[in-house]
Amino acid sequence: MIRVQFFARYREVLGLAEEELAWEPDLATVGDLREHLVQRGGQWAETLGERGLMCARNEELCGLAEPLRDGDEVAFFPTVTGG
Amino acid sequence: MAIRVQASAFDPGQELNALQAANTGVGAVVCFVGYVRDFNDGREVGGLFLEHFPGMTEKALARIAEEAGQRWPLLNIDILHRIGRLEPGEPIVFVGTASAHRQAAFDACNFVMDYLKTRAPFWKKEDTAEGPRWVEGRASDQDAAGRWTKE
Repeated sequence: MIRVQFFARYREVLGLAEEELAWEPDLATVGDLREHLVQRGGQWAETLGERGLMCARNEELCGLAEPLRDGDEVAFFPTVTGG
Repeated sequence: MAIRVQASAFDPGQELNALQAANTGVGAVVCFVGYVRDFNDGREVGGLFLEHFPGMTEKALARIAEEAGQRWPLLNIDILHRIGRLEPGEPIVFVGTASAHRQAAFDACNFVMDYLKTRAPFWKKEDTAEGPRWVEGRASDQDAAGRWTKE
């Protein structure tokens, strides 16, 4: 299983804080997972397809090329605005 | 080294003094305090809510502090960030660095803020007269963080 979390504006727009997805071999990277979610269309495509998207794998910031393994936790969120 | 993410208010003066306390080898302390402004992007702001990613936030801040410690000879470093509801005029963030000589403390403090702004999972949602709105990330913050990786 892959646990996927959404934060801030993404969570509000998608109406979902987290979900679990079955891991499949074609979900080889965090970018593949993003594409899988974007394929749902509508707000998914609009939100997760945006340029400022950031992601983390197992609570570490990562790029879309980051390899994905069964049991991973992935988070997608808009550009951070702390400080 | 202290990393704190907390909902409660803090006193920047107390944090500043603690950086030098009990270490007479400290010759320089530099700090940055960020406050909630009452105006942003052309609109009055009545307050804001700070969301974060519990678990990852603390790790991200610890990693930034660790990297600063590898780049500069620091004797102490303190990062404190608030979460939850904040009113205009309240301190949001405190970053303090201590070293024997001033340059390391100045540079490290600057570096920590640039990295915190672009890598720590915090998001601000402002209250405006038109309703709440998520603050958008700034390209200038990305540029500022980028200067630490250039030769």
